[in-house]
Amino acid sequence: MSQEPLIIAFCCHYCAFTAADLAGTMRQQYPTNTRIVRLPCTGKVDANMLLQAFVDGADGVMVAGCEEGSCHFIQGNLRAIKRVTYAKDLLAETGINPERLEMYHIAASQGPLFAKTSKEFVEKIAGLIEEDKMSLKEETPETSGEKT
Amino acid sequence: MIVAEQKPLDEVYEFAKKYKKVLIMGCGTCVTVCMAGGEKEVGIVANQLRLKAKENGDDFVVDEHTITRQCDKEFFDEETARKIKAADAVVSMACGVGVQYSAEVFPDMLVYPGLNTKFFGTNVEQGVWAERCAGCGECVVGDFGGVCPISRCSKSIMNGPCGGSSDGTCEINPDVDCAWQLIYDRMDKLGKLDELEKNQPIKDWSTARDGGPRTVKRDDVKL
Ligand code: SF4
Ligand code: SF4
Repeated sequence: MSQEPLIIAFCCHYCAFTAADLAGTMRQQYPTNTRIVRLPCTGKVDANMLLQAFVDGADGVMVAGCEEGSCHFIQGNLRAIKRVTYAKDLLAETGINPERLEMYHIAASQGPLFAKTSKEFVEKIAGLIEEDKMSLKEETPETSGEKT
Repeated sequence: MIVAEQKPLDEVYEFAKKYKKVLIMGCGTCVTVCMAGGEKEVGIVANQLRLKAKENGDDFVVDEHTITRQCDKEFFDEETARKIKAADAVVSMACGVGVQYSAEVFPDMLVYPGLNTKFFGTNVEQGVWAERCAGCGECVVGDFGGVCPISRCSKSIMNGPCGGSSDGTCEINPDVDCAWQLIYDRMDKLGKLDELEKNQPIKDWSTARDGGPRTVKRDDVKL
């Protein structure tokens, strides 16, 4: 199976990481493109950690934490949302589509949801890469001209 | 502290892309505290430049380094000198003082500001910084209950309030407190309202920026 696009998933130990584990135990299939980085809480995420993943070659980054209101550390996941939003702005400034970074909420018991979310995210990123390639082609001198 | 904000990435990028190797240099004091140009922000800007260069097909190397203070010579140690000399240009993430001082210490190096320096201020709540002093050179807050009429009143008036004060806010913007309301309330609390009856003389602005660039000299500590 193709390892492209490469996805880094920052997962909270108490929920999404456990859900990923459960997905495996339940023999749920999801693409192997996703590399999981376990965090003690998504509140550990900072903007540069997310940028670094892109610098090091990730095509897409997902942050997966507990559902709102059920963070083991009370509001780590809410802080993560703010930082992901900020990092999206930082990415946009560099010319990278901010949709390449997303935050999800997946509870420990939601193994199938983890599998489904990862699969959908991989597909979405593959689609965005395709779109980028198309727009690059459109910009080549032969075809460039008045955009309607 | 001195409060600053990051420049738009495009501005820094347009400078950086002209060189082969650019050093992003942070400052560990005021701008670290106001989260604009410390080690963390240096990392972010450096990574943003790397990503943008990759997107645009530009080829330059970005290095990172942060020192305790860019406005003091003693912090430009050997490692810093090596890093600066190894670069073709420096983006200083300090306040305007640090940017200029870096250029003074390394006169052959091109130094570009990575921040817009805003004011002398304080952190009023997490994520919010507000102006508190304009460096007028002759502090008068003692007469005004500890509230500065120069930096906090939009008109810097010494015998206020003006007619624009309404419901405790300034006429320039309802989100701005009227400094004179703050002064009045504070003096009232301190039981010193009568002192506000005193007519304040016209302020001597020659001690402020109007008097030209300023220096402070202390013979007792000079070497
Ligand atoms: S260079 Fe500016 S930001 Fe850094 S310590 Fe000095 S005054 Fe503060
Ligand atoms: S009176 Fe002058 S020195 Fe004092 S706080 Fe205001 S601007 Fe600063």
